[in-house]
Formats: sequence, C-alpha cells, structure tokens
Amino acid sequence: MEQHSVSQENQGKKTPPIQKKPVKQKFWKKLNFQKYLFVYVCLLLPLIFYLGIRILPTLFTFNVGFREWNLLSTEAQPFVGFDNYVTLFKDEVFIKSIVNTLIYIVLGVTGQLVFGMVVALLLHKINRFVGFFRVIYFIPYVTSIVAISWVFQWILMGNGIINDVLVKLGLPAQPFLNSPDQAIYVIIGAMIWQSIGFQMILFLAGLENIPDSLYEAADIDGASPWQKFWRVTFPLLNPTIVFSAVIGTITFIQVSFTQVVNMSMDGSGGPLNSTISVVVYIYQLAFRQFDMGLASAATVILFLFILGLTIFQMKVLTKKFDY
Amino acid sequence: MKIRKLLPYLLLLLGSVIMLFPFVWMVSTSLKAPIDIFSLDIIPSNPTLDNYLKILEESLFLRWFINSLIVAVITTISVLFFDTLVGYIIAKFRFIGRTFIFFLILSTLMVPTEMLIIPWFMMSSELGWTDTYWAILFPGLMTGFGVFLMRQFMEQIPDDLLNAARIDGMNEFAIFFKIAVPQVWPAISALGIFTFLSNWNAFLWPLIAIESPELRTLPVGLSFFSSGEAESQWHLIMTGATISVVPIILVFILLQRHIIKGITLTGMK
Repeated sequence: MEQHSVSQENQGKKTPPIQKKPVKQKFWKKLNFQKYLFVYVCLLLPLIFYLGIRILPTLFTFNVGFREWNLLSTEAQPFVGFDNYVTLFKDEVFIKSIVNTLIYIVLGVTGQLVFGMVVALLLHKINRFVGFFRVIYFIPYVTSIVAISWVFQWILMGNGIINDVLVKLGLPAQPFLNSPDQAIYVIIGAMIWQSIGFQMILFLAGLENIPDSLYEAADIDGASPWQKFWRVTFPLLNPTIVFSAVIGTITFIQVSFTQVVNMSMDGSGGPLNSTISVVVYIYQLAFRQFDMGLASAATVILFLFILGLTIFQMKVLTKKFDY
Repeated sequence: MKIRKLLPYLLLLLGSVIMLFPFVWMVSTSLKAPIDIFSLDIIPSNPTLDNYLKILEESLFLRWFINSLIVAVITTISVLFFDTLVGYIIAKFRFIGRTFIFFLILSTLMVPTEMLIIPWFMMSSELGWTDTYWAILFPGLMTGFGVFLMRQFMEQIPDDLLNAARIDGMNEFAIFFKIAVPQVWPAISALGIFTFLSNWNAFLWPLIAIESPELRTLPVGLSFFSSGEAESQWHLIMTGATISVVPIILVFILLQRHIIKGITLTGMK
C-alpha cells in the first residue's frame, strides 16, 4: 500500500499550481505504465516456472496417486480411488519405513539440537579461538553427504579402524552397519555429526540476542548457573529451537535418502530393511519397479506427514514466556 | 578456578577431534598403497599419489567435477537473478494479482521435493530431456525460499530512493540493478552461497535425471563408483571422496566469514 500512497501524495501535494497539473499527470501516467510493463514482463518467466514446474506437478502427483499407473505397461491408467493407499498401509515395509523416518527425525533432530546448543554454549563461554572452533565444527556441514557416508562406512567396517581400536582396548568388535539393530543408530549418528555446525551457528546467534542485563539481574538474585540456564537462557532460545526443529525435520527427511542409500549395506535400506526411510521406499517403488501410482500415493502421505509434523512442532514448541 | 576456565576449551577440543577425524582418515587412506590401507598409521609410512593418478586416468572424476561445477554455477546465477527480481517486485510494486502470486510462490515451499520427482521424471522423459544438463537444472532454476528471503530484505529499501531515481529518468531495470541490488548485497551473497552448496551436494534428483555415466554429477558419480567399479577398493573410494570434499572445504575456509554471517542473516530473519 505504501508505494501507491507515496505516488498519490506526490500528486496531491504538488497540485496547487494549476497550470502544471496536466504535465505532472502525464508524467506519472507514463511512469505507471512503465512500472506495470516492468512488473508483468519480469513475472512472466517466474509464473511459467512456478505453475509448470511446481504447482501443476504437485496436482499431477495427487492425480497419479489415485490411479493404477505403471510405466512398464502401456495400458490405460484407470482411476482406482484409494486402492493405492490401502495397498500401502497393508505393506509391512511401508509401515516400517514410516516408523524409521519417525525414529530418524525424533532422535536425529533432538540430537542435533542438543549438541548444537551445547557447542554454542561452550563457545559462548570462551574468549579465545572462537572463530577457529566455529570453522572446525562447521566443516562437516558443507561437505558432500555421499562422500561422508562412504568415509563412515570405511571407518566402521568389520576390520575398520574403530573396530581395530575396540579390539586393542580389549572390547568386542561391533557389527555397526551390518547389524539390523545398530545400523539405524549409526546412520543417525552420522547425520547428527554433519549438522551440529549448522545448529551451532543458529544457537550462537540466538545467544547473542539475550541481553546481559538479564544475567546480571539473575546474579543479583543469587541464581546458580543451572538456574540461569533453565530460567533465562533456555526460554529465550525458544524461537531458535522452534526454527531449528522445523528446518532440521525438513532437511532430515531429504538427507535420510542420501545417507541411507550410501551407508546401508545393500544401498537400499538394509540390513533387513532396518534402515529404510520413506523416501528410499518411494524411490524403490518409482524407479526400480516403475509403479508410479503407488509411489505417488506414498509421496502424498509423506507430504501430509511433514505438514502435520510442522504444525505439531510449531504448536508444541512455541511457548510464551513472560518477563 | 583455573580448571573451570579450561574445561570448555578441553571439551571443544575433544569435539574437534571427532569432527575432524573422519576427514583425516579419509585423506590418509587416499595416500596409502592398497597393501597399507589396513595399517593404523595416521601419517602413511609410504605415501603415494598413485590412487589419484589412477582415478583421474581410469575413471570419469574430472568430468563429474566439471559437470557439478556447470550445474551449480548456472543454477546459482539463475536463482540469484530471478529470486531477487521477483522478491523486489513483490516487495516494492503494487499491482493486480500481487498477493495471489506471492501466496502461489509461498505455497510451493510446503511441498517437499520428494513429491515432485515423479512428475519431473515423467516430464523430462516425455519431452526428451533425459541425459542433458537441462534435466538436472530445470527444477532448481528458481526457489520459493529465495523469493521469500529477498522480499523481506527488499521491503527495507525506502520508496523515496526508488522514486527519486524514477524522477531522474532511470528506467526500471536500471533502478533494480543499480539502486535496489546494492542495498541487499549481503542477503544476495548468502543466498548465492547456499544455493551453490546445495546444488553441488545434491543427490536425489541428479541420480534420477541422468542415465549416462558421462553426465553424472560428482555425488552421483562417487556413489556409483564406490558401489560399482571400485567396490571394496577403499583406497580408491577414499581418493574419490577426498576429491569431492577437499575443494569445497578450502572454499569454505576462504569464505567462512560470509557463510557464517549468511546463516545468521537468513536464518534469523
């Protein structure tokens, strides 16, 4: 609204010298025409992009999800209603992939928030080498997940360095990625390791926004460091926590594909589907079996899942604190 | 008292070891001959560059590196141009359909990429785009997030500044490039860095979009290489990983101030 009122004000203010009015009006009219031309010319390509590559494909996915649609068969794609959804929920592997995705998110996001906050708090305490440590903790975040996944496979192999060290210390060697019980936690560990740096930066920014006067007031009241953390720092970091949790969840769902494909023993969520995530499941359906109908239905479920989770996080994590 | 002061340093140092060890071990293995890779020496006893020579001669790593660079650079330029322009228009112009267009773009933020890979795949095979750079590029040419971000920064530019330029007879494109863009430069560079990084490291879509080995990007190439031709040859896999990781780490160390400032800037907005 501001823009419009400014140009009108300019017209209004300068009307008194009556003779000049037509000239001014002509000038602004020409300017307005130029502005509209500029706006619509510039928006043309973006509109085509957002409609053609984002909006229509989204609607198309909903449509495919209600059809029997296999790329390998040339037959028609009949409308089958909710059949695909029923098939999915009867599939144990799909249920497993949803449960796993929840485990990835709950443990992974919590882990990265906790470690990110701890590192930020430690960095906030020290005066020297802050920049140095910040760089080190951030390096994993910029590196390729694929490369890192293979490095972790190598380190955690049956005869890899970690097991060598364990054996030297007199401890039993661990199967890690070969074990259906351990693999998922190893992958979560790698995900957390890679995202600590990002969370650390967000928390550092959040910590800097907390005024020192609050801590001074707490000191006068004789608060212990523990009390200061829970009564001052933690509540004031609340917006950061909500933001980090939402961003972390969305990236984790995507990352879970790359990490699982490159870290799991068979490259598709093994051993025994113990590490399969929803996105890996969708990928298998769509690009191994070419069952686009079933796969689309699964992406719709994923979409609703993310939507629900985001709303839930915003509701639960956002609390009002009074001062 | 002294110990309490030192404790944070010690903990951070311990964490740093955990953060850096995988990289150290990766580089170390890449410099070892095949018979030495199971030794526990961090500094190889007989360091060799044979693995690098072998990879550069016998596999397509150099090509994949160039592919990644092309894809990431073109995408970044496109995102910076269009997102900044659209953000500017939505923030600074009043026109019919403005709110509608803004919500249309915002709504795309709610849809995860995973939901779009199926229609994109069908689209690019239908239109014959499979196995071209364009197939990897097209979904990322503009982003809803960038538009949203740039709109917020553009809103802070005073209207008077733009109107003054109009009265001076500047055309709208010149106003955008010469007046608006310099005002939001920090936000643009942050957006640029993150767009480049996420495209450089992208895996899911390039994996689907490309069939021929020559057109793979670095992450896709490395993944196929490690599970295929170099299976269990860990000295070669670690060499490939080093090639894809070390350049980006060096660039990061050079640009770290901007990157860290960028997260704070874009994250906290």
